[in-house]
Amino acid sequence: MRVELIVNGEMRAVEVEPRMSLLDCLRERLLLTGAHAGCEHGVCGACTVLIDGAPARSCLMFAVQADGYAITTIEGVTPGPGELSPIQDAFCETHGMQCGYCTPAMILTAHALLADNPDPTRADIVDAISANICRCTGYAQIVEAIALAAVRIRGLNQPARKP
Amino acid sequence: MPQPIAGVTDAKPSKPIHEVVGDLGEALALLRTRFVRDAKPAALSRTGDLSQPSSSPSMKPAPFEYARPADLDQACAMLAAGDDARIIAGGQTLVPLMAMRLARPKRLIDIARIGDLAFVRHEREGIAIGATTRQCVLERDAVVRAAVPLLAKVMPFVGHAAIRSRGTVGGSLANADPAAEIALVAVTLGATFIYRQGAASAEVAASDFFIGPMMTALPATACLTAVRFPRWGDARIGVGFHEVSARRSDFAFAAAAAQVALDGDGVCRRLALGVGAVTACPMRLDTVAKALEGTRVEPAVARAAVRAALADIEPLCDLHASADYRRRAAASLAVRAITDACRAAEAAHAR
Repeated sequence: MRVELIVNGEMRAVEVEPRMSLLDCLRERLLLTGAHAGCEHGVCGACTVLIDGAPARSCLMFAVQADGYAITTIEGVTPGPGELSPIQDAFCETHGMQCGYCTPAMILTAHALLADNPDPTRADIVDAISANICRCTGYAQIVEAIALAAVRIRGLNQPARKP
Repeated sequence: MPQPIAGVTDAKPSKPIHEVVGDLGEALALLRTRFVRDAKPAALSRTGDLSQPSSSPSMKPAPFEYARPADLDQACAMLAAGDDARIIAGGQTLVPLMAMRLARPKRLIDIARIGDLAFVRHEREGIAIGATTRQCVLERDAVVRAAVPLLAKVMPFVGHAAIRSRGTVGGSLANADPAAEIALVAVTLGATFIYRQGAASAEVAASDFFIGPMMTALPATACLTAVRFPRWGDARIGVGFHEVSARRSDFAFAAAAAQVALDGDGVCRRLALGVGAVTACPMRLDTVAKALEGTRVEPAVARAAVRAALADIEPLCDLHASADYRRRAAASLAVRAITDACRAAEAAHAR
């Protein structure tokens, strides 16, 4: 079946079997390997991508179901080549990762959270990332990273304060 | 009435899932499993040499045809044609079942884009919600919040945000997971399910809809189109909901939901109480409501009534929670839900 996906702002047409998950389609057809395969039945959250801006499990969706939707993967959040988004930057700075396997999904989940709620409480952050399992259990720094990114993003485009 | 899981597999097939899933107990247990490959390595692991990029990678679900009908008439015609077809909308329950090959439909009929099936509207003294209305939409819906507060209360507990963004109300109901919160609210409030079979529409009460774990009274060739929740007209309404699960928003081991209406003097006019995840399908505890209606709700009386109501049930039992635990947890959660509901109703000013 021919499927047209708008991946990171670009129209990509792919020919897929109906049973191919969106995750496999992104990884194997479009070579966007930032979406990770973990449990592949909707529990671990490693495959999280944004569909029309909302986080979703790409393993729980067939590529054919996503026809025409706007999909954002971790490859699509950077402002430019070689640059990092403020959330990625914050993850680096607070060391919000250990092995890194859950990290792309954590960052996309954080993007969706902060787009919706620019000033989240710690509880809001914990609730949002409760959908993503980190087997290294490095949650403390992940929460710290998202809180730091929220402060920075709120500060963006604000008039500089006079001393 | 609810059967223990072992007995359920002998029940008459009444729903496609039952035909494609051999052992419902196994299906439920696997759905609760976090690492399926360890649990069922032979059946579920990928085959082939993964170090070599393959032009046709192996996939977890069995092959199927995919159809996206333009409207409900077309969808119903496809269902009527048989061929082991199943409806898919959000896919948040069906896709994991297919990935484990516990469900192997030959044809998937995708109704997610049929616009007529996604709505929230006032209808016949109640609030009708279209089957493909996504859970994330309900979570923020002002009409639901005002008219079906118990449903609004449980929405944040339905999976995670990433599940609610795709999962639908109809999907949660039609797949009938015993731990599903929306199903619990439907049974507790006495909702009505509306479905289409061929050209005919029919209705079934929530109390008759759920038959067992992942089994419903919905005919195999029918498509659930909407659910209608009753709207309480009382001025002082309060709701309460509690569940226990191993992790935030994971499948509950026990859940309880209560909606109460108080009069101006704080006397309970109406109470709806239900427990979920405890038995094969959600259960409404009408004896508790009878015992408390017309009284100022005393926690001790509520506790005694809840215990009596749960004394004879046959709870589910698995690796995560024993039957005894579920019964005790359900009793505590039910009392807390009633107490919360009463407190919220007292705080609501008579309008």
